[in-house]
Amino acid sequence: MSKTLRLFHRIRGGIYPPRNKHFTRERPILKIEAPERVVIPLQQHIGTPCKPRVKKGDEVGVGTLIGDAEAYVSSPVHSSVSGKVAQVAPQPHPLGGDKLAVIIENDGLYTPDPSLRAPYPWREMPPEEIRKAVRSAGIVGMGGATFPTHVKLSPPSDSPIDTVIINGSECEPYLTSDFRLLVEEADLVVEGLNIIMKAVGAGKGIVAIADKKIEAIENVEATARGTGIEVFPLKTRYPAGAEKVLITNVLGREVPSGGLPMNVGVVVNNVGTSHAMAHYFAAGLPLVERVVTVNGSAVVNPSNLMIPLGTSFSAAVEACGGFREPPGKVIMGGPMMGLAQYTLDVPVIKGTSGILALSVEEAGYRIPTEPICIRCGRCVDACPMNLVPTYLASYTHAGKWDELRRFNILDCIECGCCTYVCPTKNPIVQLVKTGKAELARMKRREDKRKEELAAVDAEGGGDDGE
Amino acid sequence: MTENKLVVSTSPHIRDTANTRKIMLQVIIALAPATIYALVIFGLPAFWVLLASISGALLGEFAMQKGRRLPVTLSDGSAFLTGLLLALTLPPELPWWIALVGGLTATILGKQIFGGLGHNIFNPALVGRAVVFVSWASYMTTSYFKSAAIGIANTSAHQHIVDLVSGATPLAAMKAVYDPAGATFVPQGLNASNYYKPLLLANPWGCIGEVSALLLILGGLYLIATRIIDWRIPLTYVGTVAVLTAFTGRDPLFYTLSGGLLIGAIYMATDYTTSPLSSRGKVIFGLGLGLMTFLLRFWSNNPEGVMFSILFMNGMVPLIDRYILPRKYGKLRCAEEGG
Repeated sequence: MSKTLRLFHRIRGGIYPPRNKHFTRERPILKIEAPERVVIPLQQHIGTPCKPRVKKGDEVGVGTLIGDAEAYVSSPVHSSVSGKVAQVAPQPHPLGGDKLAVIIENDGLYTPDPSLRAPYPWREMPPEEIRKAVRSAGIVGMGGATFPTHVKLSPPSDSPIDTVIINGSECEPYLTSDFRLLVEEADLVVEGLNIIMKAVGAGKGIVAIADKKIEAIENVEATARGTGIEVFPLKTRYPAGAEKVLITNVLGREVPSGGLPMNVGVVVNNVGTSHAMAHYFAAGLPLVERVVTVNGSAVVNPSNLMIPLGTSFSAAVEACGGFREPPGKVIMGGPMMGLAQYTLDVPVIKGTSGILALSVEEAGYRIPTEPICIRCGRCVDACPMNLVPTYLASYTHAGKWDELRRFNILDCIECGCCTYVCPTKNPIVQLVKTGKAELARMKRREDKRKEELAAVDAEGGGDDGE
Repeated sequence: MTENKLVVSTSPHIRDTANTRKIMLQVIIALAPATIYALVIFGLPAFWVLLASISGALLGEFAMQKGRRLPVTLSDGSAFLTGLLLALTLPPELPWWIALVGGLTATILGKQIFGGLGHNIFNPALVGRAVVFVSWASYMTTSYFKSAAIGIANTSAHQHIVDLVSGATPLAAMKAVYDPAGATFVPQGLNASNYYKPLLLANPWGCIGEVSALLLILGGLYLIATRIIDWRIPLTYVGTVAVLTAFTGRDPLFYTLSGGLLIGAIYMATDYTTSPLSSRGKVIFGLGLGLMTFLLRFWSNNPEGVMFSILFMNGMVPLIDRYILPRKYGKLRCAEEGG
């Protein structure tokens, strides 16, 4: 797409919330030790949960495979410490509820698993081998969505990929983990981009970075000089990093409704994912740790930490000097799309980009008993997907499912802009999520009914024949 | 660690500081200069109209919410704003009890009957005005300020007009000039341009809020700058009226500045509840308003048409909002692929 068209084809929606990145943006990534026990959930990705590959009493090293699944859309998990498996049992999971996890007593030695070895240099590996290596390293989308990366790197033959974008927009307030990686280890991020380009056969690589992160932009530009990799400064706003928004603003292409980036020849990966890939190909160690921004007014020393997976949130906060005051709300991820936690016993997982502890005052707001809309239209202006959020909320509230489809509810990316700007504090995105879930439920029911009907028809046909 | 209770709710976990009350307050602030100036010019009679109208609006809201056992929401400022807007569209020497009835009608019949804030179809202030306009038509057309003793606008041109058409509104006077067929009295030698300065700075022959077009425009710019209102509705509305007026050979500037056009376009047509949600819808709404006002002003018996234009287009809003949606994301590519 030509440059001029790019300029005219932009997504206008979005919001400018207080960015609150100054607490941690100058704080270098600090590697911390795992606590005495780590809790490693067997599902840290979207897809089939892993089955445990270890049992109580087994000795494990750093990088030992502790869970895997046969399914393609799945990703194995590895131990982040060395020691002994204490238990395999359901434990509180940051995505909600209790999920099966491996609990390991940390011996504090961090002995690597003896079977680990650096894979062959990726430049000499065919794409299929790269994808296999990425899967065995347990790498998933580290921006928070945790979609298995090897699946993303396997576009079908009818969707050729020409461009790979590394998403460095980090548009959620408070989070600085990707920024720190771009400042401290840009070489690995660029290396990761090269690996992804090779895996999908793309000729073009772009690192998209918010234009206010000048330090990161300059650093990546210097690192990528002469490699043909482009740095694209994004206008700083939320949700500049939402996949569809990013693709449209960088390339001027629109991902079709219900489609995937690969339908327009693009693969998007997070900075953390790219970094993890390069790290794996260089050091041979699977994904067992990640950078997490621990931030918020309730934390004594907000920091960027390199945390072994399975470390509890409370241990991560302890490493930042603990709480200044009892927190009112603890969130995994950023304040716009993150998930509120009911306990600090949940572990850091592959999708934990941040731990945000808000004060009681910041956490408290009253949810209206009934959606009130003064029709100010702010949600319509803010919606990056050009929807009419207030209608989606009211139609869900009224149970008008057909209207929800008419107003394209399934295109909602749940970024929360509508809810952020709403002057009546209407829980719009919450209602939209409810509406989407209800439609999905209805569709499943409908499919099942059709199946049954088809089965009855088949039987009936047989009867007639006899 | 100590057990403390954590709030668990869905994202987003942060909210903008804007709320209904702050928005209403901004509009009231934008109207304040024109209101205060009107009180200075028109004096005590206008004050009584203002007081009666606002009291009526507040009382109507309070009574309906109490009666329906709903939480009373006078503190959100919307009823106050309705009363204020209504008063600004009433003649300064209107008997106070008519203003009171107007205020009561505005919030009871215009707003609470439909379920309150956000549910009404028609602009509440204009519903109130329409009711008193048809009920006490003679009061509404003759209660304009008759004295011309206003220093600021007291130019020779101004004096000249006053001598010619004492008591008539500029629109009524010019209707007679442009369209003398049905007029009882045709003011000879009167030009639309004679009215520019008084209309902008100190217009004694109009409703309370029409006292200075300049202050109304400044208030509108303030609301657009603070993003309380969208520029599309006022601009397309006024623009359409000006263009169509110019086409008929009349003076577009005069017809833009006079009557209720500016107060209607900036403060009434932009009412959130009764205007379309999408940007495209807003443009269509503005064009429709302009066309209606043009038709009513020149082809109806009344010299003015802003009130009925807005009420008419308010009725079209559900239709506009249903069919004029923001452009769907992802459609472009689908079309290219023949999907």
